Amino acid sequence: MDFFKLFGRSGSSKDIAKERLKLVLIHDRANVSPQFLEMIKGELIKVISDYMEIDEAGLEVKLTRTKREIDDSTVPALVANIPIKRMKDKGKF
Amino acid sequence: MGEVIVVTSGKGGVGKTTTAANMGTGLALKGKSVVLVDADIGLRNLDVVMGLENRIVYDLVDVVEGVCRLRQALIKDKRYPNLYLLPAAQTKDKNAVNPEQMQKLTGDLTEEFDYVILDCPAGIEQGFKNAIAGANKAIVVTTPEVSAVRDADRIIGLLESSGLRNPMLIINRIKMEMVKRGDMMNIDDMIDILAIDLLGVVPDDDLIVVSTNKGEPVIALEQSLAGQAYRNIVRRLTGEDVPFMNLQSEDGFFAKVAKLFGLNKKR
Repeated sequence: MDFFKLFGRSGSSKDIAKERLKLVLIHDRANVSPQFLEMIKGELIKVISDYMEIDEAGLEVKLTRTKREIDDSTVPALVANIPIKRMKDKGKF
Repeated sequence: MGEVIVVTSGKGGVGKTTTAANMGTGLALKGKSVVLVDADIGLRNLDVVMGLENRIVYDLVDVVEGVCRLRQALIKDKRYPNLYLLPAAQTKDKNAVNPEQMQKLTGDLTEEFDYVILDCPAGIEQGFKNAIAGANKAIVVTTPEVSAVRDADRIIGLLESSGLRNPMLIINRIKMEMVKRGDMMNIDDMIDILAIDLLGVVPDDDLIVVSTNKGEPVIALEQSLAGQAYRNIVRRLTGEDVPFMNLQSEDGFFAKVAKLFGLNKKR
């Protein structure tokens, strides 16, 4: 059986393997569960909502890797992408 | 004082025992005194891979419990100079020994041997902790599969937090024709992900199965590609600077051999 034909020719399967591995290892290495990320997400929404109206459906919180500036070593990083709909008056000074 | 090297992987079935057997045999062929220690208590296999299963009298647990002296449990491999096996117990479980006892055991062995090579069980529990307790160097074996690489990453983290810094990687069972058509992770992909130093790459080779059937390590087979890879690994272990076999280039050793066997189909 030719698995290559089975799954079509779009993108080599090793690239898929590599991407999936990279993602899963970020979580493995930081020892963080998806539930934990959901918790952080909930808390972020709570705090930020006081100051601005945000698009909760579009909010994205993920763990990724980044190079540390001091020694170039790779460390986990928490990245939050929070689309803002409107600033609330409370947030303006 | 000898070196204590643990061969580990996390995932089972990636070739730890085969790697340990071939490394030990190769080092012995280079004139080093070597003892192979099967740390997989309850699921011993290094004895059959080495073809020494019929000569076991005492085992590792007997030594630790003081049932026999260390010397009595060591099986001399008569085919190679200065190669010994300390078999694991088959009827006990991993809790029959503890890390302190393993440290003492490997410590005693380093007084007699240049190399103590530990075949670690799969998993991250007691057996793993026992196997790494006395080691001062670690080799992580993986195959180019997501499950094996993920487990290797976990093991690397555990080794480093246990003080075994800078473990070295062996990529086992790589299939050159699959790498070529982009259906198997290549060496660079895995180094990129695991971020540790590479000790060697062992190609998938039917002769491994044949030699394991016979209980004869493949490293002694001149015509075997995997044997060649293991010979290179042994030379690197003893401090030689040996270039990696070329997997990618058309003019490389692998490509030539692949052509020879008709594996090199253009796509």
